[in-house]
Amino acid sequence: MRTIEFEQIVRAVASLCIAACHELPDDVRAALERAASTESNPAAAKILTQLLENAAIAARERIPLCQDTGLTVVFVEQGAEVTVSDASQGHPATVVDAINEGVRAGYEKGYLRKSVVADPLKARTNTGTNTPAIVHHRFVPGDKVKIVVMAKGGGCENKSQFRMFRPTSEISDVMNWIVEVVRTAGADACPPFVVGVGIGGDFELSCLLSKKALLRRLDEPHADAFYGQMERELLTRINALGVGPQGLGGDTTALGVRIETAPCHIASLPVAVNIECHSHRHKTAIL
Amino acid sequence: MIQLCAPLAEKDIRRLRAGDEVILRGVVYTARDMAHKRLCAALDAGEELPIDLDGAILYFVGPTPARPGAVIGAAGPTTSSRMDPFSPRLIAHGLRATMGKGYRSDEVRRALQQHGAVHLSTLGGAGALLSKHIVRADVVAYEDLGTEAIRRLEVVDFPAVVAYDAAGGCVYDRVRDKSGAL
Repeated sequence: MRTIEFEQIVRAVASLCIAACHELPDDVRAALERAASTESNPAAAKILTQLLENAAIAARERIPLCQDTGLTVVFVEQGAEVTVSDASQGHPATVVDAINEGVRAGYEKGYLRKSVVADPLKARTNTGTNTPAIVHHRFVPGDKVKIVVMAKGGGCENKSQFRMFRPTSEISDVMNWIVEVVRTAGADACPPFVVGVGIGGDFELSCLLSKKALLRRLDEPHADAFYGQMERELLTRINALGVGPQGLGGDTTALGVRIETAPCHIASLPVAVNIECHSHRHKTAIL
Repeated sequence: MIQLCAPLAEKDIRRLRAGDEVILRGVVYTARDMAHKRLCAALDAGEELPIDLDGAILYFVGPTPARPGAVIGAAGPTTSSRMDPFSPRLIAHGLRATMGKGYRSDEVRRALQQHGAVHLSTLGGAGALLSKHIVRADVVAYEDLGTEAIRRLEVVDFPAVVAYDAAGGCVYDRVRDKSGAL
């Protein structure tokens, strides 16, 4: 059994939060560069160039890419042979507690915006720490801890949708709806988007898959040929909408579509679409 | 390039057309969801507003904290439509321009036409870039709201596009028609 110190996770998560909010992932930057060079609408090409300039300023001057530094969504895979200990307390601790402590430290030290309210409906008082984070934890074989930190903006999350289809629905029905969700998101959610799609599972699993799908690199199509083709076809149709960067028109409405699937009930065909803005911020560490 | 500097005059605003590129100079106030709610509650209660809306520009933004020595952190626009229930009221009280990202409601469009105001769109997701155009930032109201407090900004060459004009024009209409929107 391997033991990881609570503080080691705290430090790692704090660094991930800060890095994610300042450094656009290389695959997203490459996709924006490609789009800027192929975009046929000059005004749209100019906006894409400004987004690249924004990324350069953010990395160089340590100003966050976007003022919405997000709700912190963390995917953690904890090896079954690892435990967490808190030396200062002298007792075992949980990885989830360590993650929240890391988010708190990272958002303070990194001058990131705290965007979490304690109660959704009553007072909506800001917790002042950007915690609690949304933590998706699972045990895996091994003695490592893999942590993915995602800073998910509210504007694009607000445009995400879920729909329960009939099991007899045509594939074209599902695809038409996905394109419609993206069209509806339009200028409000900061296009060009990365579009995460979760198909199957149940109500909550499809939504979770749609978020996890966003974590697959933009230069890495689905391993399954059918879904790889579906991703390409959806991207073509979404870009044909002409929504464009900032919704002001152009060929670049999305940088990529990523699909994840799961087995589901004979009565069900759940589909979730998680809209992600061009400021697609996530960082990974393996401890 | 058209320059806008508050306080804005109705006749100048009525000349603007959707799609015009503009740059802002001078004073811009910030407000997002909770500040809008409080401003309208103050109007309901017959109280004096903490800022003078007459001819003002209101920017929908909640910036990140400024690093030591910096004026402000990242400061790009938030989604405008969340302010739709409140904007007509503020426009009727003299507000001449709002600025954010994305679409506005028909009620807001009507208020812009009726009172002679515009809605501007600026670069969503470019908060680092836009922060370079802000030379001063002071919290002037609702400090307890933190990032959502009302700030008085001084801006230089702040880039924006007229998204909705005072004649009923909208820069998104053509794009949305093409994409199959109703």
